Amino acid sequence: MLVTERTIDREFVERMLEVSGQPFKQCMQCGTCSVVCPMQESTQLTPRQVMHHLQWGQKEALMNTNTPWICASCHTCEVRCPRGIDVPKLMEALRLQILRENKNFVEPFQIDKEQLKEAPQLAFVSSFRKHTS
Amino acid sequence: MKLGYYPGCTLKTKAINLEVSAVKSLEALGVEVEELERWNCCGAVYSLADDDLVHLLAPVRDLIRAKDQGLDKVMTLCSMCYNTIARANLLMRKDEEKRDAINNFLEEETDYFGEVDVVHYLQFVRDDIGWDKVAAAVKNPLKDLKVGPYYGCTLTKPGEIKIDDSIEPVSFKNLIEAIGAEYVAYPDAETCCGSYQIIGNPEAALKTTATIVESAEKRGADALILSCPLCEYNIGRRQADVRGLREGLEPLPVFYFTQLLAIALGLDIDTLHLDRNMPEAQKLLEDKGILATA
Repeated sequence: MLVTERTIDREFVERMLEVSGQPFKQCMQCGTCSVVCPMQESTQLTPRQVMHHLQWGQKEALMNTNTPWICASCHTCEVRCPRGIDVPKLMEALRLQILRENKNFVEPFQIDKEQLKEAPQLAFVSSFRKHTS
Repeated sequence: MKLGYYPGCTLKTKAINLEVSAVKSLEALGVEVEELERWNCCGAVYSLADDDLVHLLAPVRDLIRAKDQGLDKVMTLCSMCYNTIARANLLMRKDEEKRDAINNFLEEETDYFGEVDVVHYLQFVRDDIGWDKVAAAVKNPLKDLKVGPYYGCTLTKPGEIKIDDSIEPVSFKNLIEAIGAEYVAYPDAETCCGSYQIIGNPEAALKTTATIVESAEKRGADALILSCPLCEYNIGRRQADVRGLREGLEPLPVFYFTQLLAIALGLDIDTLHLDRNMPEAQKLLEDKGILATA
């Protein structure tokens, strides 16, 4: 990917800093977050790659990857980050960038009826909190 | 001793096996719980955005109810409720600006400054009762039962509200040994079960759950114990789907830790509500001769 002055979305970088409160520019790309991520089998970009794209203001790539939507907010990366960066907060900021445009990742009325009957309440509450606008 | 108790939505229905076994076990250990007279859903997950205060209102309202009821300590059973309410409490203690905004918004409610302590059941049993007392109260030691702990994420992460070490917790090990069972160590006791992804991305959640089940079985666990109704659903009641994803997995019964505690304390089988667990759970206890003597 070619990164030039024109491809860096500075407004997006500022927005992500504001919503997450996380100094992602301090990430040194050690990759610890990616090694410990329990969802790594299913994500397109690793957390380390997400951090790199954030540093370079690559909004389009980040809006089109499944990683923030697969992140389970487990904080396994956060407790191990040597730079003290709360990566799940950045994943939340990325999700909100889309959810705040009134887009849903999960459609509550399309959930399988059997699952509605069986799954515990907190599964739905947390899923809707993370994946609906 | 009276202890404030916040049940949360799932505990009254789909995780009644957690609530009843936990409350009855505490009674057997000499502690009576006082449920909040009025409570609402905590929101299940804590908001991770700095500009999102609205999602803090639900857990803060619960804390205000506890304060209004004269409670200085509130205990939760569900790990996710613990995480959400404890983090909201911490924010109300430390972040003056956000606290003022929330108190102003909830103008009809009592102002709240983080006066109530939020604890998880496991933490309460460990710190306020003690493993020695638990061991002394055991009437039915779970000999020959090899139990692996499953901590999940929300009890020990993030560090600001952890009840035990975030990377190498030991509370479940101490509990397993106190109730006379055999502790099984395995590498994935803190690996996330996929959490709420079971709704939006079920396959991604079941894949990580398969890793947990395989890892515990390889180390010889007969069963796992945990404290979160969502982990129980993903690892326990969805286990047939988990086994479909990876060859060679056997059924691995999953219990709430309070269910094994209740058995060890000699409580009646009715307190366990085993019909809410995966079917193999009751069978394991019968095969091991544990239920017959309960």
